[in-house]
Amino acid sequence: MAALIETVGLQKTFGRIRAVDGISLSVEKGEVLGFLGPNGAGKSTTMKMITGFLEPDAGTARICGFDVLTNPKAAKSRLGYVPEGAPAYADMTPASFLSFIAEIRGYDGNDGRTRVTAAVAKAGLGGVLDQRIETLSKGFKRRVGIAQAILHDPQVLIMDEPTDGLDPNQKHHIRELIREMAAHKAIIVSTHILEEVEAVCTRAVVIDKGRIVADGTAEDLLRRAPNHGAVAVRVARDKAEALMKAMSALSSVIRVETADGADGTVHLRALPKGTAAPLEQVAELVRREQISVTEIYVERGKLDDVFRDITTSVQA
Amino acid sequence: MRDFLKTSAIIARREFAAYFSTPLAAVFITIFVAATGAFAFFIGGFFERGQANLESFFIYHPWLYLFLVPAVAMRLWAEERKTGTIELLMTLPISPAEAIVGKFAAAWAFVGVALMLTFPMWITVNVLGSPDNGVILASYLGSFLVAGAFLAVGAFISALTKNQVIAFILSATACFLLVTSGMDIVQNTFRVWTPRIVSDAISSMSVLSHYDEITRGVVSLGSIVFFVSLIAFALFANAIAVTQKKSA
Repeated sequence: MAALIETVGLQKTFGRIRAVDGISLSVEKGEVLGFLGPNGAGKSTTMKMITGFLEPDAGTARICGFDVLTNPKAAKSRLGYVPEGAPAYADMTPASFLSFIAEIRGYDGNDGRTRVTAAVAKAGLGGVLDQRIETLSKGFKRRVGIAQAILHDPQVLIMDEPTDGLDPNQKHHIRELIREMAAHKAIIVSTHILEEVEAVCTRAVVIDKGRIVADGTAEDLLRRAPNHGAVAVRVARDKAEALMKAMSALSSVIRVETADGADGTVHLRALPKGTAAPLEQVAELVRREQISVTEIYVERGKLDDVFRDITTSVQA
Repeated sequence: MRDFLKTSAIIARREFAAYFSTPLAAVFITIFVAATGAFAFFIGGFFERGQANLESFFIYHPWLYLFLVPAVAMRLWAEERKTGTIELLMTLPISPAEAIVGKFAAAWAFVGVALMLTFPMWITVNVLGSPDNGVILASYLGSFLVAGAFLAVGAFISALTKNQVIAFILSATACFLLVTSGMDIVQNTFRVWTPRIVSDAISSMSVLSHYDEITRGVVSLGSIVFFVSLIAFALFANAIAVTQKKSA
């Protein structure tokens, strides 16, 4: 089966700036693709081209096999889109706004009412249906934008920074919603909150200066972290020296870093030679030498570090 | 075709309701009705003329529209651009033409409502005498067409900017040129340095001369074609502006 979202060499230039420079992607049903990149990397521009709002200078995008340029109505009717900031007509109420969207999408009468009710329930808009959208809190405004995008239960959902500027509870709610829908749709979520990628995405694509610089699972990205797979051990200061020497001698360890802890302990970090964490060997060593350690764990690395690493390497 | 009309109607209905969900509707209608009446009575000398017709009422409509219609048209696209809802609208499964026609129809209907609410003038003149109601009907049609032409031009200009004030000023200026293009002040500046055909062409673009004809009761095909094609041309330009300027 063909991918639900497919882009082929998307390109867009504003003035002299090439905002998007040949982005090719495909997203299958069941995938939640986290779209990452620094501000100005071209995330929003790419999404605007996928949704058919902007016309690319070169390349195209297909939604469920329908080209957004040559068959825009078919493509757009299978697509739900939450633009950045989830804009909605401020002088309408969520109820009137959603029934307008239902009508435009071709649901009349009862059918439309059922759709609106379902979207309202999913997005949790029950209490504010008759308040003007401009008087709603940021969290509710965002939910209106999401309700609008899922009203027709589209196969493809594209959301531009859906959790940006929300409080932790609101973020949680939106992530839950994405997770619930994930199995039946192809979803693209742009974000610059990296924890979000681990929380909801099955795959992460990092772009920088309009090009894809990384594409894989969150785990794949983490593997690029400098301290990924390192085994960290915390011991009393007097034991540190000996343990460090012993750890350095292990075949699976390439190097040991130390850092003084605040409470009279030392933090030792054994970096792996290959990709596998040398946990067993380190544990074995600790047991054999009967060193009492207060902590021992495998470090996964931080997405932040990886992100900074791959998106700044060009300038550096 | 049926789909086109249906989608445009849905958009028009939303847009029409939007006028009434803000004080804009009340302000516009009040000012329009009061101003057309005031002009007819105090400047047009409705009573002093001692004639049972609405000439003194209709004669000022194009001038009032000059600043009232751009006020209605300025928000049509500029506001969508400013608030970002254009991104929502243009990613719905509709064509730009459907959106343009729907929005324009809503604005035109809104001005139509304001125009209809001047009916007390018509009652007054019928109570006081026995006017030619055919001429009055034709005049209402003419007035409505002028409003439509200004609205279409205003909608096009609104699509060029996200700043409503700029949209207002530019549309008012454009409408002013449409009104005055047949007048001596404009004609003289062209006659001195262009061949006759150019000044004639400019003169034939005058909304005022076609409007005068209609308000005298002469609804010629030429005038109807003039207004309809002016509206169609402006909406076509509107479509180009909407599809081209989305990115900015």
